[in-house]
Parts: sequence; C-alpha cells; structure tokens
Amino acid sequence: MEALIKSIVKPLVDNPNEISVEVKEEASKVIYHLTVHSEDVGKVIGKNGRIAKAIRTVVYAANTDSKKRIFLDIM
Amino acid sequence: MRQVTASGQTVEDAVQSALKQLNTTEDQVNVEVIDEGKKGILGLFGSKRAIVKVSVAENPIQLAEDYLLNILTNFTEEKVSVERTVQGTSVYFELTGKHMAMVIGKRGQTLNAIQYLVQIMLNRKSNERHQVIVDAEGYRERRKQTLVQLAHRLADKATSINKHVSLEPMPSFERKIIHSALQDNQKIETYSDGTDPHRHVVIRPSKR
Repeated sequence: MEALIKSIVKPLVDNPNEISVEVKEEASKVIYHLTVHSEDVGKVIGKNGRIAKAIRTVVYAANTDSKKRIFLDIM
Repeated sequence: MRQVTASGQTVEDAVQSALKQLNTTEDQVNVEVIDEGKKGILGLFGSKRAIVKVSVAENPIQLAEDYLLNILTNFTEEKVSVERTVQGTSVYFELTGKHMAMVIGKRGQTLNAIQYLVQIMLNRKSNERHQVIVDAEGYRERRKQTLVQLAHRLADKATSINKHVSLEPMPSFERKIIHSALQDNQKIETYSDGTDPHRHVVIRPSKR
C-alpha cells in the first residue's frame, strides 16, 4: 500500500525524495499518513482537493484483502 | 534519464556509436559535443578522438505511460499491459490484464481517478496540454451506450410527466455524452447544474 501511495505521489511533486508515508494501525482501521515537502502540498491536494480525492479513491479501492478500513491523511 | 558518453573518429561516428548503445534514433536524443576531435597529420600524429555525450530526451507521453503502469502494477499486483494511441493532443491508454473490474470500480470511479492523475502528471511534464483517456476492457464504449440509453429513457420520462428530471452527478466527459445524445430531441432541453464534483445533467421539457 505504501508502494502504491508513493508511486502515485512521486511524479506529481518537485521534491520526490521528501515523501514519507507513516503507517498507524488501530483496532478497526489503518491510517496512512502522507507527508511531502511544504512546497508540494498544493500539488497533492489540488484545486478543491481534487487530486487528494483522486489519490484516496485509488488507494481505498486497492484495499481489498484487508478487513480494516484504511484512511489516507495528507500532511 | 539515460545517457552515454561515446567517442569516435568524427563527431558523427561518436554519435552513431552512442545511438547504437542506447538503442534509439537521432530524433529522440540530445547531443552534447565534449570534444570535436582532431584529424592529426596523415591521420597518424596528434589525432584526437571526438567525444560526445548523448542523452535520451524524456518523452512526457512515455513518462505518463510508465506512471500509469507503475500505479497499476502496485494496485493489482499483477502484470498489466497498456496500449497507447495518440491523436493530436488526446492520449488514449487501453489497459488489459487481470482484475480490470477492480481497476474500473463502481461506475468507473477508480478508472476516472487514475485517468485524472495521469492527466495531471502528463500536463505537469509537458509544455502542451493533453487530454488523457484511460480505458479498460472497452469500458468507455459500454458506458457510453448505457448513458445514451439512459438519456433517451429519461427524456421520454421528462416529456410524459412534464417535469424536470435530474441525473446523478457525472464527470464532464460523461455529461457531454448525454447532451449530445439528446441535442436533436425537440421535445426536451438539457443543461448542467451544480458545481463539480456534484455537477449533473438536468433534462426539462421544452417550452413552446
């Protein structure tokens, strides 16, 4: 899942080396916390959050085998 | 970016040798001459070989295809293949592989999200603006037929009940299919209402 998130985000930002994904597992959910360089925040969120929404759609759809709900936090 | 440094008797020889190593053609590379070389006396004394640095120019459409493939491989964890068609500024990617139903998602929402991301990425890398269409197993064509049928059915409904009929929110390219399917129907008019992502088509009976 982290590989998927990184593969989506990497080409969208100017500082691909400053992407990090932290995973936090809780009882009923897994939270992926994405951080990018402060100049790149807008590039992963987009106008009205359109890019963030598209990233979430793809990431949530990929979560088939886990029984836990997943969440993607940006910044 | 792939690049090699090559040498040869002349600049031209050096470039040809670099192209062979990169397995590409001259129109797809940038050439930087490091040393033009010298012929030398009688080709024996004081000759210097020409040295060039040749790098493969990054083709934004190729980068977009790699991006798409990379996402899909991580997404399905299976091998997915992409066939690309470029027509003017439109780039069409047709996907084949396992788990395509999962890639398409409910009403194509996953496919549309992937398509949007690839378009953003391509337009970021390219100087021209491109329109990207990502398709899997002929989904776009099937969806178009469904939408055209739906449009005609709801147009009939709007005339028979003589009221406005709203459709569910759709992306712009799907709304366009509805508008163009009904543009010759004199009994109704269509327009779009709301703002994205809730923008939707409304069919209303024409006023006489």
